[in-house]
Amino acid sequence: MQNTSLNRRNFVKAAGAVSLVGTGIFASGCATVGGVAKPKVVVVGAGFGGATAAKYIAMWSEQGIDVTLVERGDNFVSCPMSNLVVGGSSNLGNISVAYGGLDKYGVRRVKGEATGFDATAKTLSLADGTKLPYDRLILSPGIDFMYETLPGLATGEAKNRVLAAWKAGPETVALRNQLTAMKDGGVYAIHIPKAPYRCPPGPYERACQVAWYFQQAKPKSKVLILDANEDVVSKKGLFMKAWNGQYKGLIEYRNNQEIQDVDARTLSLKMSFGEDVKADVLNVLPPMRAGNIAAMNGLNNSNRRWCQVDWLTYESTAVPGVHILGDSLQIAPAMPKSGHMANQHGKVCAAAVVALLTGETVNQTPMVANTCYSFIDDKNVVHVASVHRYDAAQKTMVTVQGAGGLSADANALEGVYANSWAKNIWADMLA
Amino acid sequence: MKSLHSFARTAAFAATFAAASAFAQTAPASAPVDKHLARNLAAQCANCHGTNGKSVAEVPSLAGVPANVTIQKMKDYRDGKLPATIMHQLAKGYTDEQVALIADYLSKQPK
Repeated sequence: MQNTSLNRRNFVKAAGAVSLVGTGIFASGCATVGGVAKPKVVVVGAGFGGATAAKYIAMWSEQGIDVTLVERGDNFVSCPMSNLVVGGSSNLGNISVAYGGLDKYGVRRVKGEATGFDATAKTLSLADGTKLPYDRLILSPGIDFMYETLPGLATGEAKNRVLAAWKAGPETVALRNQLTAMKDGGVYAIHIPKAPYRCPPGPYERACQVAWYFQQAKPKSKVLILDANEDVVSKKGLFMKAWNGQYKGLIEYRNNQEIQDVDARTLSLKMSFGEDVKADVLNVLPPMRAGNIAAMNGLNNSNRRWCQVDWLTYESTAVPGVHILGDSLQIAPAMPKSGHMANQHGKVCAAAVVALLTGETVNQTPMVANTCYSFIDDKNVVHVASVHRYDAAQKTMVTVQGAGGLSADANALEGVYANSWAKNIWADMLA
Repeated sequence: MKSLHSFARTAAFAATFAAASAFAQTAPASAPVDKHLARNLAAQCANCHGTNGKSVAEVPSLAGVPANVTIQKMKDYRDGKLPATIMHQLAKGYTDEQVALIADYLSKQPK
């Protein structure tokens, strides 16, 4: 007995050769238009990477490709801009977007939790037992936390008391509620893991937002940044200026703060060196890795944490036919794990997948750009930007020398642009 | 748009040439040309300027803007002649040919 999937493939070939297409043989699981089966793409995760890829594949193929988008959430909640909810100048409604805008592109939406895939049979499995066939599978699962490194946060109760709030949604609001419930004169401490982690400037922006809130409502309180890294990872000069300026005496920054564990009962951190640190609101960003569906299915071939891809197609270097986008990737040099970057991955991948499924040439010179805004307070904003091109010799993305840079100073005009950016990128994904 | 047309012609010619002389020892190594290169490059602008250059917020739309206007602006951003918060940094990331392709593609998108 030969391999059945091979037999099936040979049969499909033979069937095509004698023009049996359209006789009903492909009725199970194949959408057909004019008797020709449409190629199938299944996308997992309707965030910055996945929603963008789904929309652009449907749009660029003019619905010549059957696109299914699997997402477990009810609506999109944006991580970028979510620190404003923590600081109190925004709310969850402002940063939430419905998925329904994708319907007009012909994207089929499936609500569910993807659990695994069969790369030989080319099917994606959902938690409810559904199997979705694909020609190309695109995973954009974001990050998951390495809680195994912090035994003190093993229980759900501990996780609720010491929040990460690093996936926007209910935890964002829960962290805000912890801050509003805190007494004036209390300490908010945020622990930052060693890079790489999702959104390099995000923790520093959050510290600024909490300090801004304390300035308004709880001026005797303090923000403590405990950074496992040797130095501020992103926008250092601009953040330091705020910490030594408008937030002087309110924010304290400590580098090289590695932790061994967290005590959720006493809200304290067990430091690798020195005494325990206690806070009134303790916010711990655990070490991160590729999202579960990627990490649990052998795609995390970089240090068992992140996923390596071919930068021309975003196809996994571990499993053919499976593409990966966004924060789950082993990033190229100087490429941040950001929503903007994931959106750009989504479009390069979309172009490549459409080309691969229609027999066209895959773009050999892809480029991506990054723009990342951070709010210093409720209005003033700083940015970092970069442009990246594919280097054929090194087979990776490299930064275009001389391009990109930082804001000269925090300013309100970029606050307007940051809000505009959010509206446009959310629309680029979902409207 | 003379320069763009001549660039596109050159690219098309290069592709034909590469295909025709695939077995010629003297043929220069040349990557196959992606016929959607302009579209793919322009997609980078959408995060801030909207899908196909149609903005839904304060940042201006690029859809339907004449190509020579976009090309001149990008040149002025790059050369520091036009004040900017971020575009002077991003404009330096693209060649004249890339900017011409992007500008031409966006000029043809509905406003």
